[in-house]
Amino acid sequence: MKLFDRLFRDAPLATRGEITPKLGFLLTVLLAIVWLIPFLWMVVATLRPASDGINAMAELMPSLKPTLDNVRDAWEIGDFPRYTLNTTIICAGILLVQFVTITLAGFAFARLDFLGKTPIFYLFLMQLMLVPVLLIVPNLSLVAQLGLYDTLTGVMMPFFASAFGTFLMRQAFEAIPTELEDAALIDGASLLQRIRHIYVPLSMPSFSAFAIISVTSHWNDFLWPLMVINSPDKRPLTVGLSVFTKTAEGTQAWGTIAAGTLMVIAPLLVTFLIFQKRFISSFVTSGIK
Amino acid sequence: MSLAEPASLAVATSAAPRLDVLRRFTTRFKASLPAYLLLLPSLVFLALFTYGAMGRVLVDALYQRATPKAPVRFVGLDNISAVLADPAFTGAVVNNLVYAAGTTIPSIALALLFALALSRTNAVSSALRAALFLPVLIPMVAASALFMFIFLPNVGLLDFYIGRLLPVLPNWLGDPDVALYAIMVITIWKNAGYYMLFFLAGLQAVPEDVMEAAHLDGAGPYMRLRHIILPELKPTFLFVIVIATLNAVTQVDHVFVMTQGGPSNSTNLVLFYIYQQAVEHYDVGKASAATLLTLAALMGLTALSFRTMANREGGP
Repeated sequence: MKLFDRLFRDAPLATRGEITPKLGFLLTVLLAIVWLIPFLWMVVATLRPASDGINAMAELMPSLKPTLDNVRDAWEIGDFPRYTLNTTIICAGILLVQFVTITLAGFAFARLDFLGKTPIFYLFLMQLMLVPVLLIVPNLSLVAQLGLYDTLTGVMMPFFASAFGTFLMRQAFEAIPTELEDAALIDGASLLQRIRHIYVPLSMPSFSAFAIISVTSHWNDFLWPLMVINSPDKRPLTVGLSVFTKTAEGTQAWGTIAAGTLMVIAPLLVTFLIFQKRFISSFVTSGIK
Repeated sequence: MSLAEPASLAVATSAAPRLDVLRRFTTRFKASLPAYLLLLPSLVFLALFTYGAMGRVLVDALYQRATPKAPVRFVGLDNISAVLADPAFTGAVVNNLVYAAGTTIPSIALALLFALALSRTNAVSSALRAALFLPVLIPMVAASALFMFIFLPNVGLLDFYIGRLLPVLPNWLGDPDVALYAIMVITIWKNAGYYMLFFLAGLQAVPEDVMEAAHLDGAGPYMRLRHIILPELKPTFLFVIVIATLNAVTQVDHVFVMTQGGPSNSTNLVLFYIYQQAVEHYDVGKASAATLLTLAALMGLTALSFRTMANREGGP
């Protein structure tokens, strides 16, 4: 009970004696352990030597003779360095173009008064509702017509404009005092110079929040690259992993599958564990992604 | 309205109002040009991949080819009626409804539980939050790879541990009556932590002193939840329900990886049906008709989220 007393130390005095919140907390602890089991299995199975046999595969107790054989096998069977490179190119390409488009559009909405502002604002808002995933069929034929079928550019293109990012930047820019811009205006700074030297440097937290959301969602994208990409050497991690899993499943090489999965998710998990707070607050704003 | 414009203009030139309106329009248009230039890059891509795509779906749904190589011809609403008459499509719709209800309700209930239990900030609860949030970060494909082993008959994780307690277990992904529920488990596992974040944010708005006052008036934990916390969380609920439902239609990568819609179409969901029509059967007409129907069905829902979002964004 000592532990509970410490956990509920800052609860209102009157409610500290109640039992229900504590039961809820216990249940949550149990569920959190259940939630972690797939990850635990992944790590344990990655390190398990093949000599333990298929029947011990599900054992959650780590093997006494850990080995990196599975990692080596996965590395050799799947073309993971190539997949990682492709995914990195896709995420970086999308993000760079998005930074330009959302900065410009966000500034227009935040600081400029123009004809048709309201209807154009709603045009942007509509992108949030139209759920891009559902438009895979028409977008695939457009990408094919543009000659971008089976190219990484084709995978990136539909995401170059982002209504979510535009709104995020609009909010960030609106919070910047106009006096700063006026001072630059007197010094003769052009519109783009003012954006570049005043608005962008002061909005770095919003840019990083957007970057986190954009990169995680495109790192994890599967269906769209699956449709656009045909050549094996252009596959991103997700598509590569699904092909790899299919192959390894046939031979019941579950240790290798676990190792491959670990390699795919490790970069994001490590980044998350380092920048936990940032990630969480970014994801809260991402509800409207 | 720019400051440079004299306020008395309308009165002074009332003799030729039409000309004046035109002139004011052109002045304002000229003044708006920089804004249009800034919006242009975004609008080009939105036009191509969002509005253009919408228009294309509408048009493609009206045309059909007799064979994959034949020229397209106008068929009106034939594609739509063909899709509606296709048992695979109606089956996918029913599956998707079951899937939506079976993932949305449990994951939101769990998210609320997690948020209530972990709303205080201390080292233990932030570690638990991180644990519950981990599945949100990983690709659905990676989650599928892990759960493929968890659900594996006989030697899989589930059978290995539960099999000791229960002698007869179903083939989780191979039994048409069970497979849909098995993939629901993955979705709940993956999304509950995400929705938890919104409830955690919503709980910040519940005033602590009101809670304490309610307790002094004799309200137990349940009464406080029912009469103070839940009413305060109403906007959060609306918002999370919309997202969860959209996810139930769009976030179905595990069907592609694990079951391919099988066994016997029991896990065939709408998006997978669309994909099959377009990529496997080269039937763009039917795929577009199914897309159109799905978009229309989501219209009411998105109108709701549209209002919520417009409120959040504070209007133009």
